[in-house]
Amino acid sequence: MIFLEIVLRVALVVVAFLVLPLVVGQAEHKVMAHMQGRLGPMYAGGYHGWAQLVADGVKFVQKEDITPGAADRTVFRLAPIVSLFPYLVVLLAVPIGPDLVAQPLDIGLFFVLAVLGVGVLAVLMSAWASANKYSLLGGLRGAAQLLGYELPLVLAAASIAMAAGTLSLPGIVEAWRPWWLLWQAPAAIVFFVAGVAEIRRPPFDMPIADSELVFGYLTEYTGLRFAFFLLAEYVGIVVIAALTTVLFLGGWHGPLPDQLGWLWTLIKVFALSFVIIWLRVTFPRLREDQLQRLCWLVLVPVALAQLVLTAAVKLAI
Amino acid sequence: MTDDGERATPGKGLVQGLAVTLKTMTQRSTTRQYPDVEPDLPPRSRGVIALLEENCTVCMLCARECPDWCIYIDSHKEEVVVPGAARARQRNVLDKFDIDFSLCMYCGICIEVCPFDALHWTPEFEYAETDVLNLLHDKDRLGDWMRTVPAPPAHDVLGEPSKEESTAARKAAGPGAATQARTNVRRPEPEK
Repeated sequence: MIFLEIVLRVALVVVAFLVLPLVVGQAEHKVMAHMQGRLGPMYAGGYHGWAQLVADGVKFVQKEDITPGAADRTVFRLAPIVSLFPYLVVLLAVPIGPDLVAQPLDIGLFFVLAVLGVGVLAVLMSAWASANKYSLLGGLRGAAQLLGYELPLVLAAASIAMAAGTLSLPGIVEAWRPWWLLWQAPAAIVFFVAGVAEIRRPPFDMPIADSELVFGYLTEYTGLRFAFFLLAEYVGIVVIAALTTVLFLGGWHGPLPDQLGWLWTLIKVFALSFVIIWLRVTFPRLREDQLQRLCWLVLVPVALAQLVLTAAVKLAI
Repeated sequence: MTDDGERATPGKGLVQGLAVTLKTMTQRSTTRQYPDVEPDLPPRSRGVIALLEENCTVCMLCARECPDWCIYIDSHKEEVVVPGAARARQRNVLDKFDIDFSLCMYCGICIEVCPFDALHWTPEFEYAETDVLNLLHDKDRLGDWMRTVPAPPAHDVLGEPSKEESTAARKAAGPGAATQARTNVRRPEPEK
């Protein structure tokens, strides 16, 4: 019985892991198109191109499997999986509704942040194994960016954990109160911006920089491996939106939380995904020095200040 | 930073950018999906050139004036016997009139220069070929395009009256009458 339950929970998470990024990806096509005054995909599937990503998936699957001659084969082949797997593991710990979580963990937040750090390894693996100087440049930029932005991410998460008094994600959502929106607002913004930088989305896509570095650490990837990297990008959007929702926006809180909690979570996740897409369309890419400056001179001090504020208010209450 | 040296509030530009993209998203896009919807071409659009063979007197002005030399013309002279005339008249008969659209640059000089209105613009543009040799349209094909030549657009109401209109008006008014050139009404000066 228990085994069956475990399999069911993991299966549901895998379904969410595969479906939500496709929805976000299709939304990105259409939202980005309309924000740029055009229409986006209209043909695939007949009705406003809803099957565009399915068609893309089929296209990637039927492509030739190429590994560059000078590349380190094992590492090259493992990199997409290393990029994708941490997000699946993170989704296991995220609560959707009251008592609706695949695996409630007492150190949930710590676990999630630790696993997210594995993404850096995937970037370095793909960059180094590609045997291509543009990939390597992209990868090194990526490593600097990801390592740098881990710090504000962790500090902002520490602030909310301190406010809730627990590291368990369901526990944090349960302890959340609406006035925390104001109290933790700086941490929310820092976490969100650092999260967007962690998933290497524009305006933080220096490692990819497709007009400067060909495609950065993804240059040599094609076919199904490239599709996995793309899936990882969209899963990353879902994961960061889900984490920001669960930590700072109160997750399943809303009218009728017992019946509709999962709906509020999903609505908040999609709203944040929309904001991430909106940021991509609006802002030009940050240069490396601007990026590092933003991280170390703006986000880290704000996160530290928020920690002080949180501690002060916690002691006062 | 604004031009007068004042510092804007930090983040103001970022928020304005976000507002612009959001506004564009809510407005209906003007994209017309071409193969399903025909494009709205403006009047006098230049697509392909049509030949009205009966007007052509083979004066060769178009072939000479074409900057790309893309018009190829062949002709021969024929005698036409006119009853009651001293000798037979000669007329040019057009044998070959080809326009090479792989060279044509759509400047319209041939159409402007033709004194007999034998060449016309039409707005047809869907004549792409897989073989570049098929872009040489011969006399018959050019004659076929005449079906697609639109009627000339109406004159601009606020524009200068055409030569024919002003001459007719002058003649109808009789000698010494007040014409446009002779009245004191202030009018925008035409380009001399």
